[in-house]
Amino acid sequence: MSIEVRIPTILRPHTKNEKVVTGEGETVGELFTDLDTRHTGLKARVVTEEGALHRFVNVYINDEDVRFIGGLEAKLSDGDSVTILPAVAGGM
Amino acid sequence: MVAHARADHPDEACGLIAGPEGTGAPERHIPMTNAARSTTFYEFDSEEWKREYDRMWDNDEEVVVAYHSHTHTEAYPSRSDAGIASQLGLPGAHYVLVTTKDPETAEVRSFRIAEGVITEEPIEVTGAPEAVQSYKFAHTPDSTVYDCH
Repeated sequence: MSIEVRIPTILRPHTKNEKVVTGEGETVGELFTDLDTRHTGLKARVVTEEGALHRFVNVYINDEDVRFIGGLEAKLSDGDSVTILPAVAGGM
Repeated sequence: MVAHARADHPDEACGLIAGPEGTGAPERHIPMTNAARSTTFYEFDSEEWKREYDRMWDNDEEVVVAYHSHTHTEAYPSRSDAGIASQLGLPGAHYVLVTTKDPETAEVRSFRIAEGVITEEPIEVTGAPEAVQSYKFAHTPDSTVYDCH
């Protein structure tokens, strides 16, 4: 099972500047564990030590924000495309 | 950007200017929805951000400017602006702040934000001379501020 993952600019230092990498996993959490074996440090930028998604990162399976479909437990299917994006936010 | 900030006042407004990858040229204005709909906080709507990101990806564009407004304070990045942008932000982007606290004069300033460090940079208005006729220019020691009436 191969999943295409689009990497935002700020995380490309972890992927030798590759914009797209591929990984495997039944869930989003497994995918990040797999990616981290080749792209060291990537997982820690997305997943907290407690094992949740960081507050200001968005992860999508195809067009769906995984927060609404189970977070790191969200299921992946062969051919899915995963996108990581910074959650652009701030305040006064 | 100023018109968008005025339209969304008293809520904070936010958006992007995209340009061809690697050029640094701000060419396509993309007003975004502030999902927080707040006078003190902004956050891109997650689905809209994905749609616009996909469009930029297909066009070989990147974020050149990421802007938002402050409605009661000056056009300077707040602690949360800098914190969030440093943690996981848009490293190539100019972070532009617009303040709408004064109903007559909007102030626009531009910054780089990386690793918690905020660096102001000058804004230079080029092209479309008729579009800048209503701008008042004020110079601070290390930046140029455009006050828009």
